[in-house]
Amino acid sequence: MNKIGLIIEREFLNRVHKKSFLVATILIPLIFPTIIALLVFISKASEKNASKEVIYYIDESRIFVPDTSKYIFRNFSGSLEDAKKAFTASDDFGLLYIPPFELSKPEGITLYTRIHPSLDDISVIENLFEGEIKDLKMQKLRIDQKILDSLKTKVNINTVKISEGGQEKSSNSGVLFGIGMAGGILMYMFIFIYGAQIMQGIIEEKTSKVVEVIVSSVKPFQLMMGKIIGLASVGLLQFTIWIILMTTLTFGVFQYFGIDPPQQQAMQQMSGQVAAQQTAMNSEIMNVFNETYNLPWTFIIFIFLFYFLGGYLIYGALFAAVGSAVDSPAEAQQFMFPITIPMLISYLSLFMFILRDPQGTVSVWLSIIPFTSPIAMMGRIGFEVPPWQLALSMSLLVAGFIFTTWVAGRIYRVGILMSGTKVNYKVLAKWFLQRG
Amino acid sequence: MDALVARGITKRYAQHVALDKVSFTIPEQTIYGLLGPNGAGKTTLIRIINQIINSDEGEILIFGEKLHSNHIGVIGYLPEERGLYKKLKVGEQLVYLARLKGMSRKDALARIKVWLEKFEILDWWNKKVEDLSKGMAQKVQFISTVMHEPRLIILDEPFSGFDPVNAQLITAEILDLKKKGCTIIFSTHRMETVEDLCDHIALLDKSRKILEGSKKQVKDQFKSNTFIIDHRGTFSLNGGPYELLSQLPGEGDLLKSTIRMTDPRSPNDLIRDLIPLTELHSFQEKIPTMSDIFISLVKGEHHE
Repeated sequence: MNKIGLIIEREFLNRVHKKSFLVATILIPLIFPTIIALLVFISKASEKNASKEVIYYIDESRIFVPDTSKYIFRNFSGSLEDAKKAFTASDDFGLLYIPPFELSKPEGITLYTRIHPSLDDISVIENLFEGEIKDLKMQKLRIDQKILDSLKTKVNINTVKISEGGQEKSSNSGVLFGIGMAGGILMYMFIFIYGAQIMQGIIEEKTSKVVEVIVSSVKPFQLMMGKIIGLASVGLLQFTIWIILMTTLTFGVFQYFGIDPPQQQAMQQMSGQVAAQQTAMNSEIMNVFNETYNLPWTFIIFIFLFYFLGGYLIYGALFAAVGSAVDSPAEAQQFMFPITIPMLISYLSLFMFILRDPQGTVSVWLSIIPFTSPIAMMGRIGFEVPPWQLALSMSLLVAGFIFTTWVAGRIYRVGILMSGTKVNYKVLAKWFLQRG
Repeated sequence: MDALVARGITKRYAQHVALDKVSFTIPEQTIYGLLGPNGAGKTTLIRIINQIINSDEGEILIFGEKLHSNHIGVIGYLPEERGLYKKLKVGEQLVYLARLKGMSRKDALARIKVWLEKFEILDWWNKKVEDLSKGMAQKVQFISTVMHEPRLIILDEPFSGFDPVNAQLITAEILDLKKKGCTIIFSTHRMETVEDLCDHIALLDKSRKILEGSKKQVKDQFKSNTFIIDHRGTFSLNGGPYELLSQLPGEGDLLKSTIRMTDPRSPNDLIRDLIPLTELHSFQEKIPTMSDIFISLVKGEHHE
């Protein structure tokens, strides 16, 4: 048993000593915020710098009021034919022809351009007309904008969940949706990345032929488990560092933008200092912050770690079996299909069923079946999963990985000693059935 | 005490029998040649001794004890399919392998240093295996086999892939280890090694043991009572207890004849009978080489 410990230690040190581990551990939590920040920055900068395009217009309807926020509109007096000629000679963006039309039937408005206009361009101009026609129609019906505004009321439903004990808990489906999606996607990525690493490690041992030296000292099953557990501990370490980094980063951002941690905010609100001037928008953001902050994070992280370990062990064992059977990663492709399928199903269902209807039959079953539960359960976890479902799913997950580990171990012990054999599913079955 | 006793080892796979009731005894402090053509079952047998796979029937005793997981540290194994972790440094790698064999880190460090010094490669400690030449890696591999001071060393085709210089170095080490009390099992189909090194042999063919014994016993068993003489002057030798197999020109004006005794008698009788017939210059019994024995037996089997 103490030899498994040695293998775990070796496997752990091998990975952790690599530069790539350090880089991934530090950079990945920074990547997403950085990308988002960059995108925002670039779009802002390009908006600012973009010079407005020129659109000529011929207005025969005499109702067009140019809105110059997006384009420079220049009136062209003359016939359409002349305008077209002048336009083709220039290098301006477009020529807008507005024939006389009835308000109820605005037809014949045409935009001539040299290049295909983007959907954005078209909708901006369409909106211009729609707005104007609406104003004109209102004038005709003698509706004042003020009356119209007074008809509009913005409603935000507060969702409050009442538990059996009568405790009330406000909830925000949007936040829960986000948690579910992020958890599911992370789970999918982690299982794949770490599973593939197990497979790669085993193929390396097989091709460098060190494996027979090793299995003369330890049982093949010990070697396999040592590798799987060693890599799992690397994953857990990496995950822990990420959580610490992200928490620190989030608080850093809060501090930087002068947003008080929501708890303090909540206390201020309770003491009656509700800032009346807070706009609706602002309070919504604060609401999201509050919701996010008040989620049972410890519970969610615990569940995530549990399902990550379980899912990783289920799939890791299968990846190990595949790695032991083949001589190169290219050869492994043929066996990857059945492993990938349940992962893909759960990933797609995450968006198709689970996040939309977390308590639906499909969602519930997907979160209970061991092969799909790691991803499916992450999708549901925010939405209060009944304890019996969670318990059933978790015990099935444990049973599932014991089963796949057993199957994988039987294939692995034979596979690692076979090189140069052509392997198909029949051969795998034969290995599985072979006695010690 | 015998280093290893195998009794009725049988291993069956779905399609074929890899070992069929194989029994043999390896005396302590000998070099034991495990011979046989490819596919005879040598590697299966060695894997069973190393507890990599289990036999279906039969038992193995190592120094009188039933094969047990504690024996892993007693055995040093150099597989035919061998290699090292390419990304690991030489020192780290050897320490890891030694600890897997059950040594403490401290003992492992001390032993490995001794061996690296012996091969004058102590300065490779921090080199990655992938940066070593093939010959260098072979030395490291050999050290990994013997560093934990195993009493039983199993070498599967040890010289395949070794360059002649390393092969000689390793041969010297093997003889030295034997002198120090180790028992060595040599699995090979290269007969020159067997001729030079082995004290005992067992021959496997088609999953069965077809021959076992000390090298001398085996050779005696396959002696054909044939003698080679160098002589001056032709003679004929027909009838009686002798058969003249060939008479060919030899060195200078000498002739070389091969004579077989058809019924067992002492070589002195032959000499006595030859003296009147020719001028005798040399007299030598034709002893079969291991290669001859191997080929005749394996071929014989295949002709059945």
